[in-house]
Amino acid sequence: MTTELSISDTAARLKAHFGEGVAPAGDGLATSPELLPRVAGYLRDTAGFDFDFLDMMAAVDYADRFELVYRLLSLKHNHTLTLRVNCDKNKAVVPSLAGLWQGADLQEREIYDLFGISFNGHPNLKRIVLWEGFEGHPLRKDFKDGAYGAGD
Amino acid sequence: MEIEGERLISAEEIDRHEAAGIEALRAASREPIPDPDAWLSTEIKRNLLFTTVDYAINWARTSSLWTLIAFTACCTFEFIGTSSSRFDIARFGMEVVRASPRQADLLICGGTLTWKMAPQIKRLYDQMAEPKWVVAMGACAISGGIFRDSYAVVPGYNRLVPVDVYIPGCPPRPEALLAGIEQLRKKIRKESITQRR
Repeated sequence: MTTELSISDTAARLKAHFGEGVAPAGDGLATSPELLPRVAGYLRDTAGFDFDFLDMMAAVDYADRFELVYRLLSLKHNHTLTLRVNCDKNKAVVPSLAGLWQGADLQEREIYDLFGISFNGHPNLKRIVLWEGFEGHPLRKDFKDGAYGAGD
Repeated sequence: MEIEGERLISAEEIDRHEAAGIEALRAASREPIPDPDAWLSTEIKRNLLFTTVDYAINWARTSSLWTLIAFTACCTFEFIGTSSSRFDIARFGMEVVRASPRQADLLICGGTLTWKMAPQIKRLYDQMAEPKWVVAMGACAISGGIFRDSYAVVPGYNRLVPVDVYIPGCPPRPEALLAGIEQLRKKIRKESITQRR
């Protein structure tokens, strides 16, 4: 059965490398956009973690920030970890993880399409579900769909 | 000729025997034997029928409504159920489901259509050869259904293609689909080749 890695143990182990940049947050670990590629790469390549698979990623629109949620899975050890990254609403740019896990490619495009969060270093960042020229990002709380709904 | 004992039968008896044979043959020959080609007239009566061109063509059209495989969402499964053996759409000559719009007569619009998919559906309809008919199956095809107000959904197939029959339901049961198709067949029977659709 898949097990959840202990948050406190993992946080302590990462603290040795990243200092205060990684901290426990709820059921997972929180880090900053700047540190994200290094933390993710470390989790993927370090023996004992071996997170070789990005299970899923999601974005959340809070009142004051966007949060990106990464679910990592190790097929080798059959354990999982949740990684959270906050980003500024006015400057919604996060490094892309498509170079680490290919599965991030399409999911980052979907989040770019529906939330308007840009991913630095993505190989092909363009809309995936909606069409080019669509105004706005529908999963944002402040999205107004007046131009697109049936209007009744 | 019979011989009784040693005596030969008489000339009168031979005559009576001959007469009886003639009478029997005459009784059996009261009607003339039919000519060898007499069957022709009855076969023509049995095999020719008179009708109008419209009736014959509409009969052919209603009996072979070939459906295009262009389904966008879950109403598809009711169509699959309808075309399977329990409801048996083959009774109406519709079991031939076509993957090419060039060979299809009927577009059954089953399911939610998004604007991203809309150009493809419109193109498929345009590629179908005349005469062609459209059935809007289910709430989404009629009006967009519960997704009507969405930014991504076409509020009804009639924004793109002319719809002949609307079948309500979410999804319509196979019986409802068959009833809708029967309505379409009634509609086709009223058409004439002299009128442009």
